Amino acid sequence: MTTAPERTRPAATRQDGPNVGRPVDRVDGVAKTTGAAKYSADFPYADIAHAALVHAGIARGRVTAIDTGAAEAVPGVLKVLTHQNAPRMAPPPKVSIADLSTMAPGTPVNYLNTDEVHWNGQPVAVVVAESLEAAHAAARLVRVSYEQQPATTDFAVAREHPKQVKNSMIDVGEARKGDAERALADAPVTVDLRYTTPGQNHNAIEPHATTAAWDGDRLTVHDATQNIDWTRKHLALRFGVPAAQVRVVATFVGGGFGGKGSVWAGTLLTALAARATGRPVRMALSRESVSRTVGGRAPTVQRVALGAERDGTLTALVHTGLTQVGRVGGGAERVASQSQYLYAAPAILVRHSTAEVDALPNTFMRAPGEAVGSFALESAIDELAGELGMDPIDLRVRNEPERSPLSGKRFSRRDLRRVYARGADRFGWAGRDPKPRSMRDGRWLVGWGVASALHIPVPLPGDVLVRLRADGTVLVRSGLQEIGVGIATIVAQVTADALGVPLDVVSVEIGDSDQPTAPGAGGSTQTSAATAAVLQACEELKRSALGLARRAASSPLRGARPGDVETRDGGLRLAGGAGESYAEILGRAGVPALEARTGSDSRLGQAVGQARFMARFLNDRRRWVHPATGVHFCEVRVDPDTAEVRVSRWLGVFDVGRVMNAKLAGSQLRGGVVMGIGAALSEETLVDPRTGRIMNPGLGEYHVPVHADVPRIDIECLDEPDPTTPLGLIGAGEVGITGVAAAVANAVHHATGVRVRDLPVTLDRLL
Amino acid sequence: MRSFTYVSAPDVDSAVRTLAETPGAKPLGGGTNLVDLMRQDVERPPTLVDITGLPLTGVDELPGGGLRIGALVRNSHLAAHPAVRSRFPMLAQALLSGASGQVRNMATVGGNLLQRTRCLYFVDATAACNKREPGSGCDAAGGLHRAGAVLGASEHCVATHPSDMAVALAALDAVVEVRSVRGARSVPLLDFYRLPGDTPQLETVLEPDELIVAIDLPAPVTVHSAYRKVRDRASFAFALVSVAAALETRDSEVVAVRLALGGVAAKPWRAVEAERVLTGAPATEETFRQAAEAELAAAVGLPGNEFKIELARRTIVATLRRLATS
Ligand SMILES: Cc1cc2nc3c(=O)[nH]c(=O)nc-3n(C[C@H](O)[C@H](O)[C@H](O)COP(=O)(O)OP(=O)(O)OC[C@H]3O[C@@H](n4cnc5c(N)ncnc54)[C@H](O)[C@@H]3O)c2cc1C
Ligand code: SF4
Repeated sequence: MTTAPERTRPAATRQDGPNVGRPVDRVDGVAKTTGAAKYSADFPYADIAHAALVHAGIARGRVTAIDTGAAEAVPGVLKVLTHQNAPRMAPPPKVSIADLSTMAPGTPVNYLNTDEVHWNGQPVAVVVAESLEAAHAAARLVRVSYEQQPATTDFAVAREHPKQVKNSMIDVGEARKGDAERALADAPVTVDLRYTTPGQNHNAIEPHATTAAWDGDRLTVHDATQNIDWTRKHLALRFGVPAAQVRVVATFVGGGFGGKGSVWAGTLLTALAARATGRPVRMALSRESVSRTVGGRAPTVQRVALGAERDGTLTALVHTGLTQVGRVGGGAERVASQSQYLYAAPAILVRHSTAEVDALPNTFMRAPGEAVGSFALESAIDELAGELGMDPIDLRVRNEPERSPLSGKRFSRRDLRRVYARGADRFGWAGRDPKPRSMRDGRWLVGWGVASALHIPVPLPGDVLVRLRADGTVLVRSGLQEIGVGIATIVAQVTADALGVPLDVVSVEIGDSDQPTAPGAGGSTQTSAATAAVLQACEELKRSALGLARRAASSPLRGARPGDVETRDGGLRLAGGAGESYAEILGRAGVPALEARTGSDSRLGQAVGQARFMARFLNDRRRWVHPATGVHFCEVRVDPDTAEVRVSRWLGVFDVGRVMNAKLAGSQLRGGVVMGIGAALSEETLVDPRTGRIMNPGLGEYHVPVHADVPRIDIECLDEPDPTTPLGLIGAGEVGITGVAAAVANAVHHATGVRVRDLPVTLDRLL
Repeated sequence: MRSFTYVSAPDVDSAVRTLAETPGAKPLGGGTNLVDLMRQDVERPPTLVDITGLPLTGVDELPGGGLRIGALVRNSHLAAHPAVRSRFPMLAQALLSGASGQVRNMATVGGNLLQRTRCLYFVDATAACNKREPGSGCDAAGGLHRAGAVLGASEHCVATHPSDMAVALAALDAVVEVRSVRGARSVPLLDFYRLPGDTPQLETVLEPDELIVAIDLPAPVTVHSAYRKVRDRASFAFALVSVAAALETRDSEVVAVRLALGGVAAKPWRAVEAERVLTGAPATEETFRQAAEAELAAAVGLPGNEFKIELARRTIVATLRRLATS
């Protein structure tokens, strides 16, 4: 993979300051590449102990006995914690919309406080030892006896008993417009197809890791989390201490993708082990323990049925999805989500149902629902184009909606026609012979595929503190999570422009629950939340600084109003250019620093802030749909003898609103494509249907793409602001993965004439 | 990992003596397979005899155009060796198709031959596996076995041998040079591995106290050879099917051929039936197909891995076609 120069609109046409929109380097790039950046397992503590998990070997039942003798005999072992001797934890809370942090745990199972086993791999013991090696050695020696209960371990069996999802704030069970089945029956051209996608595991480069230390009733936790605030609140609740006594630090997180969005066993049990042993404890999960205790993407079965006139005008769209959930947690994958937004069908039906399996609960994984739902929808559109003898882009353009098809709401911005046109032009789509197996390069069969991308970020509130010092430097603090996005860089860019100071005087401190509360890094929302708060705080600082200046007799800003001044050249300036630097203003006033913060530290203040945010959010959602959109163009080569598939070229053109930093946005979008290529070609959690046990809990047999699987990926963004959001942002974290698997499958079909409707597209499905 | 005793052997004599005197002791080569399996509690040797200090790192010419490869030559070193690249290209290609650069830098030739199967149940110490625990059953047979064998399997074990290098060596008529306190012996590679039968725990004819000291390659029948590996991603994955082939044609007739298959059996599979069909026959697509059919006539798939039979057929034909036309 090479880095192509990012294409964005020329800077001259922008209204922005000098930093926002520029592809500046990561402010923490040097720290990361030199190893100075500390991840959660890197924090040293004198007398630290190490912990390892013991996993259940049955899918459902009770632990009848645990023999820890051999484990305890391993030199260096401090304690083997089981349900028989572990300290009590309060049970997980009931999920409530009033307090979103109740959604923190991945499952209601109260680990080590129960003898019940709910999935094959559930932690049933924790070994704490002086060394990592002793902990792992001893963990293998713990012998557990069970009373097994009948279990449903095979999704293929469980899905015979689907349960429809109820409509709620969080879920769409069913949504319809018109009578789609009827319209389908009446349509002159139809496709009615079934697609399946397998379970997928989280495999961020940094496996989950926690370091926990108790000091009396105060707990400090270094945790690889995407959600500092929820983790803190959840730990406080489980261990019965006030949230103010729990500090969660996540300075750097080595990738999250949703897998670190919940509080899973590793985090809780590290804190528990530290409490039980009175020692600081670190638990860096093995890949196996990540696979067995951190949920992944659920397997799905989907139906997409499309009806159209002969000219390609859609008359019916049906998209239903059945997805696996754990008997003890997990939620419906919203696979039909995009079908509510992408195409202007007059009759639409989307429906979600779930089937319970005695398995590790599923969880968020980059574009939950949409990543695999788009495989079905965008494959079906391609299949319909084939039926109609129509170009798949023409078919999409013909059905491009003016308003959100199902709800009739307006799009805050949407320009997919231009995205398609730009992509087709740059990719050379006009040179495609639509006939399958018509294009070759030497012995390789060549295929080109296209698919749309769409994701709707979920906004969440977030708070920051900005301090402007008399020496002209600026400090921003917020409990944001750096999971690889480059959030500190973007915050610095926005702050620099908002205050009119150079980038290098701004320092950003993030990743700590002692800082103002930020939203979790999920739902493609962190950037918009943080930057909106920065703007608000900087506006307040500007007013405060002007307040000092306008009262000073000697100031050129004397008597000026906020509307008269701009932040520029390190201070406040009038239109004519006269003005003062912040250093001059603060120095004269004898003020060492000015501070502004959004939100509140008090409980009440936070509740009021949440309520206000919710009201604004709901009001906005009544009027607007804010989609991040895009199109993927993919070229594959398929070996005509062995059916090996190689992705050889990729172009993604996106409309994610304003691009704050093309380098960072490009990395997000490109990373989404890489992850999508994995889903398309190789990733699959292998579960033994007899035992419910994950059989490939490691990178050896769980095949993520390697470098050789990933071609150069060209990314281009329209870079036009969403006029209804504070900085014009929509969100770029997840849209990149949507549509990828369909683009690959469509290209494979074009290359070979074989349509694969079951992911991953392995060669045995093509032979 | 359970604790174990570590011994570093200063010379071959003391290495084999330690192996003979210490029940359960195992030689430690690069450790890329053995140490992983110890971590997974699959291998539990009480003693490791580190042999990496032994002077078995040479690649030497044998009279008549062959090579003697020391058991401790690293995989990356062997792949880069000029004599291997020029005279045994299939071996260089097989080595380079395996693992990753880092693993190949550690992996030794002896260890590569003796690496264990990648069967998902073999490496999961909680599963029933006759190879790991004789008599416990075979969870793979009725479970996940997409990578399983289609030739020479038994009801007791359907695992495949994962080595790429060994497939090339099978085609090249390599001979394994072995030492123990009882003396030295030479075992042709084709007799070195066993099929599972009802003793899948016995994978080779090597005794526990025997040390591989070298591999001898006779002069190749032709330098015109290739290794073709088919797998689930472009790199860093084990073979679903692989083919090592050497082919010499004169006037469009096959005058010499060596063919071996990987990923299809508990051992690298020398395709004698195919070689018989090919020898003396016209070097055509039709002959290649017939040869593949002949070899695979005995192949049996399980639900979920039957595709390997068709894949092997196609890969044989494609590899021979390429050799015949290049
Ligand atoms: C991530 C990964 C990917 C891999 N991918 C591939 C692949 O695609 N293709 C492939 O072919 N291989 C692959 N391998 C396997 C790799 O080739 C083997 O692990 C390696 O060749 C083993 O060599 P070693 O020296 O490290 O053996 P060790 O791990 O040291 O030993 C392996 C076994 O051989 C025994 N042994 C070692 N030397 C001798 C000797 N001289 N005499 C007697 N017994 C001996 C040991 O006791 C042990 O039982 C992969 C390995 C890893 C870790
Ligand atoms: S196939 Fe062989 S290695 Fe795999 S479980 Fe069965 S006996 Fe064990």
